[in-house]
Amino acid sequence: MIPELKKPISVSKAKVLLPLAIVLMALAFSCTRQAEEKDPVDRSTIKIGYFGDLTGPNYNFGKSAINGVLMVADEVNQAGGIRGRRIDVVIEDDRGSPEEAARLTAKLIDQDNVIAIIAGGTSGNSLAAAPKAQSSHIPFISPSSTDPAVTQAGDYIFRACFVDSFQGEVMARFAANTLKAQKAAIIFDFNSPYGRGLTDYFELSFAKFGGRIVSKQSYTQGDEDFKGQLSSIRAAEPDVIYIPGYYSDVTAIAKQARMIGLTQPLLGGDGWDAPELWQLGGDALNGSYITTHYSVDDPSPAIQMFVESYKQRYGNLLPDAHAALAYDATRLLVDAITRAGTTNGDKVRDALAQTKNFPGVTGLITINADRNAVKPAVVLKLQDAKFIYQETIHPQIATPSPSPSPSPTKKRRTL
Amino acid sequence: MPTFIKRILGLVIVVFLLVAVNAWMGREGLFGFGLPYYYAEILNLTGISIILAVSLNLITGFTGQFSIGHAGFMAVGAYASVFMTVYYSDSAEQWLTSLLGATLAQSLVFLGVIIVGALVAALAGLVVGIPSLRLRGDYLAIVTLGFAEIIRIVILNIDRVGGATGFRGRVPPWDGRLIIPAYANFIWIGGFAIITIVVVYNIVNSDVGRALISIREDELASEAMGVNTTRYKVIAFVISSSFAGIAGALFGHFRQFLHTNDFQFIRSIEIIIMIVLGGMGSITGAVLGAIVITILPELLRKLPGDLYGYRLVIYSALLILIMLTRPQGVMGAKEFGISWLKRAQRRPEGDKPIGEKGVPIAQQSTSPNLDQPKEIEHR
Repeated sequence: MIPELKKPISVSKAKVLLPLAIVLMALAFSCTRQAEEKDPVDRSTIKIGYFGDLTGPNYNFGKSAINGVLMVADEVNQAGGIRGRRIDVVIEDDRGSPEEAARLTAKLIDQDNVIAIIAGGTSGNSLAAAPKAQSSHIPFISPSSTDPAVTQAGDYIFRACFVDSFQGEVMARFAANTLKAQKAAIIFDFNSPYGRGLTDYFELSFAKFGGRIVSKQSYTQGDEDFKGQLSSIRAAEPDVIYIPGYYSDVTAIAKQARMIGLTQPLLGGDGWDAPELWQLGGDALNGSYITTHYSVDDPSPAIQMFVESYKQRYGNLLPDAHAALAYDATRLLVDAITRAGTTNGDKVRDALAQTKNFPGVTGLITINADRNAVKPAVVLKLQDAKFIYQETIHPQIATPSPSPSPSPTKKRRTL
Repeated sequence: MPTFIKRILGLVIVVFLLVAVNAWMGREGLFGFGLPYYYAEILNLTGISIILAVSLNLITGFTGQFSIGHAGFMAVGAYASVFMTVYYSDSAEQWLTSLLGATLAQSLVFLGVIIVGALVAALAGLVVGIPSLRLRGDYLAIVTLGFAEIIRIVILNIDRVGGATGFRGRVPPWDGRLIIPAYANFIWIGGFAIITIVVVYNIVNSDVGRALISIREDELASEAMGVNTTRYKVIAFVISSSFAGIAGALFGHFRQFLHTNDFQFIRSIEIIIMIVLGGMGSITGAVLGAIVITILPELLRKLPGDLYGYRLVIYSALLILIMLTRPQGVMGAKEFGISWLKRAQRRPEGDKPIGEKGVPIAQQSTSPNLDQPKEIEHR
């Protein structure tokens, strides 16, 4: 009996697998389109979509950002919601992949019926997601995509941060005027639009301030050994070294730079601004300067209140720039929905576009005609596991222009 | 019914189905029923995955040459065709529109740029294939891996296709289309998926296919039998890469945005997983693998609460589970078809294994493959 039984078993196994596959397909295709119309006066929740790098090399950006978004949602809900409607945040993880970001945008809009999306920690992901948000007329706010191209993707695409051109220019100005640097070296992530953007604008502005780039080296994210590039930088004897990368790579570069005897100040951008920076980099980072969106040490009451409640919520964690930007992006959206008095995508978009002097924790935010946030940048000094506030640099004519034409005379410095 | 009429009828049915499904996926839907576009999106991506998996199966599954740079050829096709669309197709489309109307003009232009993508990818396949396929062993794997990375870095450095920012339309100093037009719909994607399956099926069941399978089974022996192994390997490789180029062209015009991060090593591996899972040397297996690998991660998004965070772990565990229970892939080297269904139906009641009395001889060898005593894993 037993050997005879064997055959039918293997047959049934194959027969189980195939229907299983068919059922999988059927499951995926069988759902019907949901009705999209909403009651004019409803008490339903307002759904906001979020996706970002919750896993992957820059997972910290996503983690911080989601903290910021959820904090606004809770604050608004505790205060009774927007005109009585609660906010619900739908969270997805894009694993840092542009392809995934595009798919998630479709999913959030179509399956979860979100009325707006706050997403795209990195510029590549925002660019991939933009066409879908644009064609569905869903406002899309990127908290931290600094590539100028992002908001050019359509008139439903906004950002809550300054653009690369402004940040590169601010650092060049700081290096030339405050640090009195004459010669600068650059080492940048070749694959990332962020690194390349900052490099281009730093180079341009630094030359305008009378400085000279003596060495320009590149790496790609995930590289382990930077000694070759750093050695040629050492040979060029720069006054400062600009490293516009993300924290995971930057810390390795900083350590190896100190190892081979480079003692110059290292300069960086908001990609450095993560709580993990000190764990990974340690003392090698002492004496470095970064440009970023805000400082937790800023004495202004709005910032201190934000920092306090963030610390309370997330177990004494200090909010980094990504948390603050996501917080501001979400509040910009809440403000726009409140002003529009509806969740209709077109109306919310119009309200967002009209935002003027919105008091965010990262400064007064005005949305300009290119849907970019016009706002100040701060320079911080890194010393003994602390970010020490140096100065705030304001844009004056209010357009950090996306074209490579940084004009130093337009900038007013405080402090 | 004569085969000729049967074929025409089949073609008509396929075209009708494609048009119907495409209408179902559109904004208006079909007879009031529409497919939510999230599902439509997944369906389209599945179609692209099928093209990639089936074409890779030709070189890796049937010819036994391990290529781990399929995403590189996809990138070549995608960038080449989108480059043509953005910079060189505008005036051609306007001229054709004045002659033939918008729809036909668009279709012709799209067909043109797909062919460009396929040709450029085929050329890349030829350049990579000729030197490395002369050798026996794992050289192709190493060369294709290197090629895919080189292509990615080269694209990253061409400012005209957006470089590190990604390619979504003309780059300022140059003139061209502002955004990549969304030409690709399900008629194109599904159509090319079917074309890929038919072409690969016919190759495998032709004399060329016999030569390819003989190379997989024993390269030395097939050479001794007079098969020009290099030639056949290069043929298979070039065809395989040109289909990857087509998949890339469709992907570019579907997604309207290209970024080199989407053509990384992991993408090539994903395609390999599809065919390993489905069964190396089985066309239907590759199709099945493509469907599962594209849909499974999306289905796992529906996991509740805390489990959601583990969905990628569950995904990997499921793959391992399948590989443990079916190391030769779900389909092995077998094909799934109508004849297979007939046999499967007959089996339980008959209680007899195939090949015994009661089953006509004609049905015994309905598998389109050669009789393969060996499973791939034994090689």
